[in-house]
Amino acid sequence: MAIQFKDETFRDDFTFSNSPAAIRRFPFPFHEDRYMYAVNIEPHAPGPAGTAYEHPIDVDEHYVAEMRDRALVLAEDPLRCQSLPHMTLAGWDVLELLMEAQAGSYPDHFTLERDGDRWHWINRPLGIDDTFTFGDHSTLLYGPMEYITRQSQGDFVIVDQRDGQLWMDAGMVTTQADWSLDFDIGMNFMEWHGPVPLAHELGVFDRALKFLLNIRQGAPVRRLNWTMTIHPRLDTSPENYHRWGPDRTAVTPDTVGDLVHLRVELQSFWRLPRSNAIVFPIRCYLISMNELVTIPKWARRLHRVLDTLPQELADYKGLSRYRADTVEWLSRFDDGAPTSPGFFPD
Amino acid sequence: MLVKGIKSRPVYATLAARPGRAHLFVAGGEGAAAILDLAAIAPRSMWADARIVHVPGASAGQEFGRQLAGLGVRSYDERPTITAALPLLRDWLDGARMGTQLYLAGTEVLIGRAMQVALDAGVDHSAIQAEHRGSLARRVQCVHCKGITEDVRTQPVRCASCGLMLLVRDHYSRRYGAFMGVNIDAEDPGDVPPIEEPFA
Amino acid sequence: MSSAAPKILVTTTEVTDVTPMIKRFRFAAADGGPLPSFSGGAHVIVEMHDGSVLRRNPYSLMSPPSQTSSYTISVRRDDAGRGGSRFLHREVGPGSTLTISRPVNLFPIDWRARKHLLIAGGIGITPFLAQMTQLLAAATPFELHYAVRSREQGAYVDELEELYGDRVSVYCGDRGTRVPVDDLVADQPLGTHLSVCGPTGMMEWVLSTARAAGWPEHALHHERFLAPASGKPYVVTLALSKLSVPVSEQQSMLEAIEAAGVPAPYMCRGGACGECETTVLACDGTMLHNDVFLSAEERASGTKIMPCVSRFEGRSLVLQR
Repeated sequence: MAIQFKDETFRDDFTFSNSPAAIRRFPFPFHEDRYMYAVNIEPHAPGPAGTAYEHPIDVDEHYVAEMRDRALVLAEDPLRCQSLPHMTLAGWDVLELLMEAQAGSYPDHFTLERDGDRWHWINRPLGIDDTFTFGDHSTLLYGPMEYITRQSQGDFVIVDQRDGQLWMDAGMVTTQADWSLDFDIGMNFMEWHGPVPLAHELGVFDRALKFLLNIRQGAPVRRLNWTMTIHPRLDTSPENYHRWGPDRTAVTPDTVGDLVHLRVELQSFWRLPRSNAIVFPIRCYLISMNELVTIPKWARRLHRVLDTLPQELADYKGLSRYRADTVEWLSRFDDGAPTSPGFFPD
Repeated sequence: MLVKGIKSRPVYATLAARPGRAHLFVAGGEGAAAILDLAAIAPRSMWADARIVHVPGASAGQEFGRQLAGLGVRSYDERPTITAALPLLRDWLDGARMGTQLYLAGTEVLIGRAMQVALDAGVDHSAIQAEHRGSLARRVQCVHCKGITEDVRTQPVRCASCGLMLLVRDHYSRRYGAFMGVNIDAEDPGDVPPIEEPFA
Repeated sequence: MSSAAPKILVTTTEVTDVTPMIKRFRFAAADGGPLPSFSGGAHVIVEMHDGSVLRRNPYSLMSPPSQTSSYTISVRRDDAGRGGSRFLHREVGPGSTLTISRPVNLFPIDWRARKHLLIAGGIGITPFLAQMTQLLAAATPFELHYAVRSREQGAYVDELEELYGDRVSVYCGDRGTRVPVDDLVADQPLGTHLSVCGPTGMMEWVLSTARAAGWPEHALHHERFLAPASGKPYVVTLALSKLSVPVSEQQSMLEAIEAAGVPAPYMCRGGACGECETTVLACDGTMLHNDVFLSAEERASGTKIMPCVSRFEGRSLVLQR
């Protein structure tokens, strides 16, 4: 079942859009009409067919275009991909995980052949056909983490587990919602979450850390995070904030539908076998308001969620400037009817 | 419209004597007083294994210098600036063995820069103690151009490398020994809040 | 949340006498497929049906992590213990099937270390066997100091000297030589990490010597599982399940809860990981905390207990299970 890959951009002319199928499989993050932080972690078990949860690592119609955008970001700013010296073994673990997952779920597009340490990897959408020795950096074009994450959608953070803490010691971060890998690399879990309001008081991070420290091989978990973006821009890094920040002032009541996008991160957490580190894929999905309201339940619910969102959260997520216009625009699609529980469309 | 008042800035403690084979001190300005406070309660025996590098700064530093030199330490050195003091620290760490304790006292800038040298040399950050004394002035890294602006006392501050006006956040990187600066008027060019001096 | 990872059915392919007290067991996946790779220092929980008693004991994996065709463990027979090692020695031979957990690592290598100082006592050598293969492959400097009662009773002494040459120093108790811990901790380059695994008394001695010499806590590592203590029998009340569960002398609280058919989360079963933490609703007596997980404040609060290794004495203990 081959995917039809799109040719689209996430910058400049912003030609990105979702097909109707992509809209229906969008990981809508709100199961009720209000939002508040929670340790919303659940087992990363295979989800319903035709959803973003179906496969352990999700590859969709935006794959080729996203990888092209990643390559552009890295060419401009190589510091978006870094691995502290002690994390190379974890990088090999991540290479194995992503190659096995992509080849296993999408055999039309990816093939992995293993003969002891000699591996043969074929990535048809990107035109890659490489043979290399697993564990030997000199046989790959890039370090193992960079090599494979240039071929996988979403950001990836690798955390080392030491001294009862998690340390962000490697990552490929080009589709982030406003945080800097170069600044945060080397920080521990509490330090890199420092900027998040409210959650510390609620003890959310203490509980989350305890849980993550005990994650086991073969039992990955996942959660959702969300924010909003103006234009379907993947690279909303602090590094480029002075370039994309002004977009927030471009929203007017007439342009909400086109410009305002819901941005959802499907985050998963996997214990890595040889290094005992944890990899944290952050898979980013975008949907414009125009596209979102084609699903009536989501239109009603998002209106209600944004209308009742606490101000500190709206500020932290960068929505304050255009929240009122967006709530007003969405209100046309909210007749006050009850919404069904759960994330999925009716 | 950027969020202020976040929780990830480092918190400093009071220096305490710890067991060890060598005790290395880096002090700047009023930080010398922290070492003298420690000397008042620490075992006398530790000073024979101690080395001190001191950046005296203002004139009060001279008096501190006399007292520090009188502690009976293995070596006492003065340097005119932090930049001039760090190579000596690097030298000490070059031959150091496990069981070496590191004590830093002074401004956040001195602490951050000395800690960078120590971490690079393989000292675990749990073997480093830091006590803040003196000015709150900061080093700020501009997240846009990666340039460092030194001795920042104001909020906001103009980046010394690229000229953008930066909000000085409390988010701190040990690796850079600096706080993050983010463009404050990206969404409203020219709309900069009145400059205050919270880090004097 | 309890263990969600599927367990692995294995077949015993080989049992070898290593010393008079130590046997080595090799396991392959019963379905013939590869076993998961793992990190040096990891252990698996082996399930043993010993008559009416279901035992679940942790054993360090000693085989190279890159070898996925089989796992190897070494077990020292403990005649004074609860019976797990005796069961393995007596009942498990080639062809026996067992269920094991996926590998879990509470004793991982700190890959930032510029050098590793490894100190082993007796059967404590096993996690280091797996770790050293990874250290060698990564060309990270290391030294092993291995204390045994005698060369004959010391497992793998010849193999270690052959594989690792002068990185290995062996100290035989019967010749009066001991690991020179004072000298070792006094003379290591910055960035050295020390790992110790062996009898509790030995680990305490090595760690306290290093601390007194000024080593920071984050550079000291030790394998922290404890066997569940035995003690006087008692009864524990499970409030949510509405059951009174007797705990016998050799049984842990966790084992008793499981035997009563109540699912309880666990991971290491050795008092170290926190996964089995249970809320105490009422206590008329004394909780005997044998874990290394709860803080002093948590113990003092009287509201938490780690049932995998801790016990109780008194009239009544009510748990939120």
